[in-house]
Amino acid sequence: MGAISLHQVTKSFGPVEVIKPLDLTIEDGEFTVFVGPSGCGKSTLLRLIAGLEDVSSGRIEIDGQDATAASPAKRGLAMVFQSYALYPHMSVAGNIAFPLKMAGVDAATRKQKIADAARILNLTDYLDRKPGQLSGGQRQRVAIGRAIVREPEAFLFDEPLSNLDAALRVSMRTEISELHQALKTTMIYVTHDQVEAMTMADKIVVLRDGRVEQIGSPLDLYRAPDNLFVAGFIGSPRMNFIEGPAAEARGARTVGIRPEHILVDGAAGDISGTVGVSEHLGSDTYLNVDVDGMGTLRVRASGEVALSFGDTAHLTLPADRLHRFDETGQAIR
Amino acid sequence: MARATTTRTKAVTTVFAWAVGLAIFFPVLWTILTSFKTEAEAIASPPSFLLFDWTLENYGEVQSRSDYLRHFTNSVILSIGSSLLGLLIAVPAAWSMAFVPSRQTKNVLMWMLSTKMLPPVGVLIPIYLIFRDFGLLDSRIGLVIVLMLINLPIIVWMLFTYFKEIPGEILEAARMDGASLWSEIIYVLAPMAVPGIASTLLLNIILAWNEAFWTLNLTTANAAPLTVFIASYSSPEGLFYAKLSAASTMAIAPILILGWFSQKQLVRGLTFGAVK
Repeated sequence: MGAISLHQVTKSFGPVEVIKPLDLTIEDGEFTVFVGPSGCGKSTLLRLIAGLEDVSSGRIEIDGQDATAASPAKRGLAMVFQSYALYPHMSVAGNIAFPLKMAGVDAATRKQKIADAARILNLTDYLDRKPGQLSGGQRQRVAIGRAIVREPEAFLFDEPLSNLDAALRVSMRTEISELHQALKTTMIYVTHDQVEAMTMADKIVVLRDGRVEQIGSPLDLYRAPDNLFVAGFIGSPRMNFIEGPAAEARGARTVGIRPEHILVDGAAGDISGTVGVSEHLGSDTYLNVDVDGMGTLRVRASGEVALSFGDTAHLTLPADRLHRFDETGQAIR
Repeated sequence: MARATTTRTKAVTTVFAWAVGLAIFFPVLWTILTSFKTEAEAIASPPSFLLFDWTLENYGEVQSRSDYLRHFTNSVILSIGSSLLGLLIAVPAAWSMAFVPSRQTKNVLMWMLSTKMLPPVGVLIPIYLIFRDFGLLDSRIGLVIVLMLINLPIIVWMLFTYFKEIPGEILEAARMDGASLWSEIIYVLAPMAVPGIASTLLLNIILAWNEAFWTLNLTTANAAPLTVFIASYSSPEGLFYAKLSAASTMAIAPILILGWFSQKQLVRGLTFGAVK
């Protein structure tokens, strides 16, 4: 069982409060992603849960037990680091065996578990190699192998894919999701990449300046962002924000609409504007349309749209797709 | 832009480097040569460089007059003992300063280094009195402690620099994997720092071997290392350069050989972290 809950947890480094009083519950078996821009405190929060940093105040419970003062080793958690943090002087087998050795597991069981982990992670042929002789993806797999042999209460991932190239990142993302499906263990995953968050998470925690901005499923955050920050952070391309009279006419300080929700037509629409940059990808068309009184709207249309630089585009902003925000940036519902 | 190095510049710098190297080595070479001369040739003016009657009589005389082996054994015990004891204390100290630094860490490091700026003679009297009262005069254990203490700042500093090069995340990974503090040091930190620890050990053995101030002042016979062996040829009956040179050569030979065979390790250790 790997339920984790945080009660009024704070963390300060000197006079700087990097985590403001924070409550959070992560259910057993859930894949939770902490996402936010750099410096938002997401890695610090993970390190507080891991026990690598001490909380300044508040309580952390793991599996119903108070773990606030427990050492990292005693929390029953396993962590995968951004830099992999493999032991360079040990072989792959030695790396995977290390947590078992520390736990006093006998040699025969160790061997069995290493073999199992290596099979799951396709590392069987590399067991005798040193980390320096492996590629980035293989190193990441060793780091995951070292984590899974412990059969932890929960896995903590600290931006584990950010050192990999784009293609490998996509395939490792799938592997980690599959691993979660297979193990059904609680996973907490830190990333600044909202695509990773959207594709992997059961639950996303959006953080900014050490504060939780919103917690919810990926689609909840996409459909009903609580505030301007979440609205702008989740979704790609970014949501368009309209201010001024056009927004006031719709009863809000700011109105947001996602590029894929704007309907575009060459002949008719509610508003019209001039096409600036247009990107034709075949599957999608991205247009930047300059609209009087609204500024530049980014539009994403499915398939090929025969509009290009200088053309007039007619747009419709469906009322049920509009997000309205008040002067404090909070959503009006 | 690549720097163009002409053959001439290369020749000049090579000659200059050799000249400096020879200048540094010359006193050692002269001592070795003098040890093979007779006393008369040793003080002859102008001195002869290689064309003299080579003789081993100084070595025979030195051997028959004093107990080389006893001094040698003491030197080995003092230098290795003090270096190992120093490592035992410095590894945890450097660990804490490198991986759990506090706001005062820099000051502590500077303070440790500042003790090396103090002239040793400034604390000779208090240390002498302490040694006398604790019955440590002319004892190996007392000298091991003193030599360890005077080299400890260097050991801590060197280890600190090596440890700083080790990514903290690897130690955190060990902690997450269930390693206790000692397991972390023994299984992860120490193996990764082996080159640094080895060169620190070597350098400190050399420093302790050559240390003359404390060994001369705190020993007479029982714990006397090779420095005392050399000094015993320097004064009472006037200067006997040839015999003194023979004694010196015998005293420096072991450490010179050790340094020669470990120079690769030493250079690597001393430049560790300088180039990434």
